[in-house]
Amino acid sequence: MTVGALARERPAGRVTRVQALLWRRSWMRAALLLGPGLTWFVVIYLASLVLLLITAFWQINPFTTAIERVWNIDNFRTLVTDGTYRLIILRTIALAAAVTITDAVLAFPFAYYMARVASRRVQTALFAAVLLPLWASYLARVYAWILILNHDGVLNWSLLLLHLPPASLGYTNWAMWIVFSYIWLPFMIIPTYAALERIPQSYLEAAADLGARQGQTTWDIILPLALPGIVAGSIFTFSLTLGDYVTPLLVGGAGSSFIGNVVYGNVGIAHNIPFAAALAVVPVAVMALYLLGARRLGAFEAM
Amino acid sequence: MGDRLKRMAGARQTVMGLSLVLLLAACGGTSSNPGPAASQPPTAGMKPPTSIGTGEGQLNLIAWEGYAEKDWVQPFQQQTGCQVNAKYAGSSDEMVTLMANGGGGQYDMVSASGDADLRLIYGGDVKPVNVNLVPDYTNFQAQFKSPSFNTINGIHYGVSLQWGPNVLLYNKTQFPSAPSSWSTIYDSKYKGQVTIPNNPIQIADAALYLMKTKSNLGITDPYELTQSQFDAAVNLLKQQRPLIKKYWDLASQEISLFTNHDVVIGAAWPYQTNTLQAASVPVADTIPAEGATGWADTWMLGTKAPHPNCAYQWYKWISTPHVQAQQAIFFGETPVNSKACDEMEKLQAGSCAQYHANAPASYFNTIKFWKTPLADCGNGKSECMPYSKWQTAWTSITG
Repeated sequence: MTVGALARERPAGRVTRVQALLWRRSWMRAALLLGPGLTWFVVIYLASLVLLLITAFWQINPFTTAIERVWNIDNFRTLVTDGTYRLIILRTIALAAAVTITDAVLAFPFAYYMARVASRRVQTALFAAVLLPLWASYLARVYAWILILNHDGVLNWSLLLLHLPPASLGYTNWAMWIVFSYIWLPFMIIPTYAALERIPQSYLEAAADLGARQGQTTWDIILPLALPGIVAGSIFTFSLTLGDYVTPLLVGGAGSSFIGNVVYGNVGIAHNIPFAAALAVVPVAVMALYLLGARRLGAFEAM
Repeated sequence: MGDRLKRMAGARQTVMGLSLVLLLAACGGTSSNPGPAASQPPTAGMKPPTSIGTGEGQLNLIAWEGYAEKDWVQPFQQQTGCQVNAKYAGSSDEMVTLMANGGGGQYDMVSASGDADLRLIYGGDVKPVNVNLVPDYTNFQAQFKSPSFNTINGIHYGVSLQWGPNVLLYNKTQFPSAPSSWSTIYDSKYKGQVTIPNNPIQIADAALYLMKTKSNLGITDPYELTQSQFDAAVNLLKQQRPLIKKYWDLASQEISLFTNHDVVIGAAWPYQTNTLQAASVPVADTIPAEGATGWADTWMLGTKAPHPNCAYQWYKWISTPHVQAQQAIFFGETPVNSKACDEMEKLQAGSCAQYHANAPASYFNTIKFWKTPLADCGNGKSECMPYSKWQTAWTSITG
């Protein structure tokens, strides 16, 4: 054998050896595959969450607004004892829940029709109709609602034509409820549709064979099987509403502040980042609880 | 007129200086990072340039809405080659936050009002300016050459710009004659039809109203409030909340509220009035009998301004009589350049007197200029509510 031939063989041998090693030690394979994603997750996501939590225990110099690294729990104490922040947190959670329920009620019949009644062509058209608004900017859609709901808006103009008294919905919590329900509706329809479509036809036939009425089938068969999909959708509607601050800013009136608005005010205006961090921990905690509940209801299998 | 104003400004300077020394002395120990420990601002030692070099091609401004309009920005860009990028801020607090860390190497200048100036100066966010590089500086009205809000120990931390009052804006179909009192925005008759700025300094407006209507509270300065005076003002604003349609964050929001008849009365800047009137919305504004709060603005230069030469070009440009007149008429405020009056007359007859560019002292004295509320009441006692309390109270009012 010549020296040249040996040299040619060596790299191939090395690759084989690496392959063999990876095959024998499966944890190495896993580490290589997961490494990049996991690093990103730990560094970008978990590390910033930890930093957020640490910052929440600091405070600022009230005059220069420089951060002072003095450990204390004053920020959290303020959150618990000050009625204003309690009210804002409750308002945010309550509206997120209201929006979620509204979207679930609106989405279920729509998704049911799409998944089980509509013809192929109608189904495609409905899909396009659901997804089309997502092509337009979030801000454009919110501003459109301002034009509808304000005093001289489309709604009052229509009511006037019908000789009805004008509604004053603009810049109220009702306006926020309407706008949020509209904006997040597609996020509820799609998972519900996916869950409904997966219900085998044979189950419904079996129910019918055994003498179940339509209502009974819906209540006992379809709804429990669609529930994981609805819960999956509710994760979107609930968390997106919980974390929003643009809609309250634009559509809300006096007394419409959300957690996000107070966080924004403390970061962008008052420069009280420690307090903003403490407040930002609240939605994280709420979502953690919500996701635990959602897992119980099987939402993650539906996604 | 000049003497009286000078005396007033002098007194204010002394009071401010004293209270700052006390406040900063009190703060000194608690901070682990080196905060301002002496009355000398941290950037006082920075030497301003003695000549203006070649422009850097860009200029990043933080401004009030209406302060970087096409009419005077475009010719500036053509003349100097400095491309102006303006970011609008809705409150002094937002300006201070954006300018944190000397503008972060991103922003060059900020059109700061009196309630932000000292925070910026003592935060080390702005640096000394050489006013000799601004030819029109010599034409400034005396009280705006070295005012206490932007000049400390003879060092200028900016160049004065314009000043004016916060006005009562009303819809003329609802109010055929101008309301004579600020009481209209606290009147339950206009439930759901009132708008005021989303800004903690608004507490001073309530205090000013109480100062004139409830003399037993003993308010002498709407920015220096003891606990009981402060509570009275906050209570008034809490009672007002059900009447409020929306607390506006940007002037454009208030303009749209009036355009769509969502509100009929509110606290505003003259800028909103001018914009609405230009769009033929039947509105007008007035300064009610109680007087008004107001602002005196200064263009300040960020400690880390990346385009200082363009910034000095802007100083020169914005101080010229013609540009001063343009901005004064556009926004509805008073220029600091005494030569702007003639230019205003050329642009719009009668505007010099309308916007008080000849500045009678009586008018100047009706305005309670924005300043940072400090714990020190100016009498050596620390009984007053510092600004951080104002911010907390404001959240409890609007939340």
